[in-house]
Amino acid sequence: MSELRLHGVTKRYGRVTALKGADLTVPSGSLTAVLGPSGCGKTTLLRCVAGFERIDAGEILLDGRRVTGPPQRRRIAVVPQEGALFPHLSVAANVAYGLDRVSRRSGRVDEVLALVGLDGYGDRMPHQLSGGQQQRVAVARALAPRPPLVLLDEPFSALDASLRTELRNDIREALRADGSTAILVTHDQGEALSIADQVAVLRAGTVVQSGPPTEIYRNPADPWTATFVGDAVLLPATIDGRVAHTALGRVQLASTDDAQTAADAKTATVLLRPEQLRIAPVPAIPNGAMNATVLRHEFHGHDALVALRLADGTRVTARVLDGVEPVSVGSDVVVNVDGVARAWPADPATPGPREPSTAPSTGTGHRSG
Amino acid sequence: MALIPLIYLAVRTGEAGVARVIEELWTARVAGLALRSLGLAVVVTAGCLVLGVGSAFLVTRTDLPARRLFGVLASLPLAIPTYIAAFAWISTVDRFEGFWPAALVLMLCSYPYIFLPVAAALAGTDPAQEEVSRSLGHGAWRTFTGVTLRQIRPAIAGGALLVALYVLSDFGAVSIVRTDTFTRAIFISFDLGFDRTGALVLSSLLVAITVLLLTTETVTRRRGARYAQLGGARRAPIQLRLSWARWPAVAALAGVALLALGVPALSLAQRMVAGVSRPGTLGEVATAAGNSLLLSLAGAALTMLLALPLGLLTARVPGPLTTALERLSYLPHALPGVVIGLSLVFFGINVAFPLYQSVWLLALAYAALFLPLAVAAVAGAAGQAPPILEEVARSLGRGPLTVLRTITLPLTLPGVGAGAALVFLTCMKELPATLLLRPTGTDTLATELWTNTTVGAYAAAAPYAALLVILSSVPTWLLAARSGILDKEGAT
Repeated sequence: MSELRLHGVTKRYGRVTALKGADLTVPSGSLTAVLGPSGCGKTTLLRCVAGFERIDAGEILLDGRRVTGPPQRRRIAVVPQEGALFPHLSVAANVAYGLDRVSRRSGRVDEVLALVGLDGYGDRMPHQLSGGQQQRVAVARALAPRPPLVLLDEPFSALDASLRTELRNDIREALRADGSTAILVTHDQGEALSIADQVAVLRAGTVVQSGPPTEIYRNPADPWTATFVGDAVLLPATIDGRVAHTALGRVQLASTDDAQTAADAKTATVLLRPEQLRIAPVPAIPNGAMNATVLRHEFHGHDALVALRLADGTRVTARVLDGVEPVSVGSDVVVNVDGVARAWPADPATPGPREPSTAPSTGTGHRSG
Repeated sequence: MALIPLIYLAVRTGEAGVARVIEELWTARVAGLALRSLGLAVVVTAGCLVLGVGSAFLVTRTDLPARRLFGVLASLPLAIPTYIAAFAWISTVDRFEGFWPAALVLMLCSYPYIFLPVAAALAGTDPAQEEVSRSLGHGAWRTFTGVTLRQIRPAIAGGALLVALYVLSDFGAVSIVRTDTFTRAIFISFDLGFDRTGALVLSSLLVAITVLLLTTETVTRRRGARYAQLGGARRAPIQLRLSWARWPAVAALAGVALLALGVPALSLAQRMVAGVSRPGTLGEVATAAGNSLLLSLAGAALTMLLALPLGLLTARVPGPLTTALERLSYLPHALPGVVIGLSLVFFGINVAFPLYQSVWLLALAYAALFLPLAVAAVAGAAGQAPPILEEVARSLGRGPLTVLRTITLPLTLPGVGAGAALVFLTCMKELPATLLLRPTGTDTLATELWTNTTVGAYAAAAPYAALLVILSSVPTWLLAARSGILDKEGAT
């Protein structure tokens, strides 16, 4: 159990700067997810903390002490993407690899194997295990020496969806039961939001925001983060006090600093989540709600995303729970907005949603999870 | 270390002066030698490619009857030194002399250099890539040339390089079938002349040709996947049904085996009847066998010791420097054993006198000669231990030495063992350097054989030849088993 702090960590590979002064604090006993698109420097960050790469600038502090030594001195355990079990050693020998002689006999091996739900598998060889079981062994091997910090590098990405959910919950439990501090690197925002105590969003080598998952989702630092961590409806707006005038009509603003600056700037970009948009059949008597045409209906089981075109041509997305009366493509509906919106000044200097690959190129967009 | 012969060569050629070198070089005889040596290398390599890749494909990828037997038969020619094979042919077939007979003998003796790595690669390739190719509408032939051949290209290229280098440096076979190549001309100059400049210049030219060959191979080599796949169940490769073609295939493989193994075996057996009947021979044969084993063991041990760091470096830290190091270690392999031998005599007398006339100087010669075989084996084996495993081990608190002992070595040891077996085998067969460097009074199977054949005592030579072949078969068997072609799972 230890607290990890990164101050201005920079790592360059030749001309490419993989990490640009990354700052991060991982509280003791927490699971922090480092979330970012591929190529943002997630794995580099992990390798720097583990000691596989030498950092060019900044410092890494574990419990306030600077860590600089080779990997074996840091005792920071790693669970790589593909597990990387030692193929010539049995499951028990793999798990015992990081233990000294005394703790090998203390029953720690059986203890951590039980923790990951694999008691009795000690005599198997790695090739006799399924992919999910191999990952469990890799986690057990990392936990066995009670390291101050465990690093997980997209450990679930190679598994199929149902197995992934089950395994990540089990591993979350195992980490919690063992009281470990852990960093999970992932590009899957659902994974990051669902199991982490804290999410740090990494973009182009810099941590753009870190905080509890709810904070990241509800109050993202900028439009890019907003679209990266979930489906987003981004609309241009003019600000009048605490109210934004958008294509969806008047929307109340959240009381945040950025909203204040946005109010000063008068024009802004506002964020709504698709679940804030309520759609209903067109009423017989107009009640002031916006009219829209259904363009597409994307069914996800528990809910559905409905793509809409507003009267002025703006496209937005609404989320409806399953069980709500289905809407047919091409029909007209009315849209109401629930709750408050997040606003940023429409300043070209602010990183907008026009980022390559991760965000759509129009002001209204959503990411389908 | 591997460079001692090269330094010797450079020093002595330099002493001779430029004018003298040019005078030696610009003669019709040198041009003829160069053409014949290169021609021999090209013809033998091409022949070995056909024999080696063809038999490897038949053995690993088809429903050929008795596949494991043919696997062993295709590996066994490694146990037969070229001079024994040439001797067997010349004493069986009349007027067996000149370029084509030399090419035939060398081809039959060295195609296992291609068969073994290619068979191992074919048995280990990922069938998914071939399946994808088939599903994209490519037929069996296009899949083979477009996907399979590319997957096994490193194995083919490595094997072909070994064959070409081997042909350039072979001495025994070309001497016996009386074909003038560089090596034979060098040996004769060394043997007869008081002035060795001619031989040195020829050796330098041979080194230059080798450099050319190695550079060509490097330039054409493409970067591929370096590491074995982790996880996921490995499936057996796709098998081709031969149907009616199986009997011609069996006949072809049996024919090659008969030529490569049957002729020497028959000839030796005939001579044996006369050979062992002479009194006192058995004790001598036993002593020679003991010496052979001891010297080869020392040579293999020293070679592997030198090859381990070099091979690991080549696999782990790819870069211009390591590539250059690896390539340099290939050079002495193409030098005739005579040049290596004499250069080490020079080195022993002038630099390291305590080593002179000791087993270790000969072991050093073996190491210089066969380092590339060992380095290739170690580098290949290191691919079996991806770096991520070492990183994980270090993150679990183990220092570099412990990681080497508990992770890297156990994973690479099987490959390293195969390399050691190959080096041991080649040391057993080595002739010219052994002749020059063995401690006085120490006779090995190879030298006794040579001494007896040069005086025409074919019958007396036969038992040594037979024992040499039998002893060499053991590491050859190990190599064949290691390549996976004898696996029972593979046969079903």
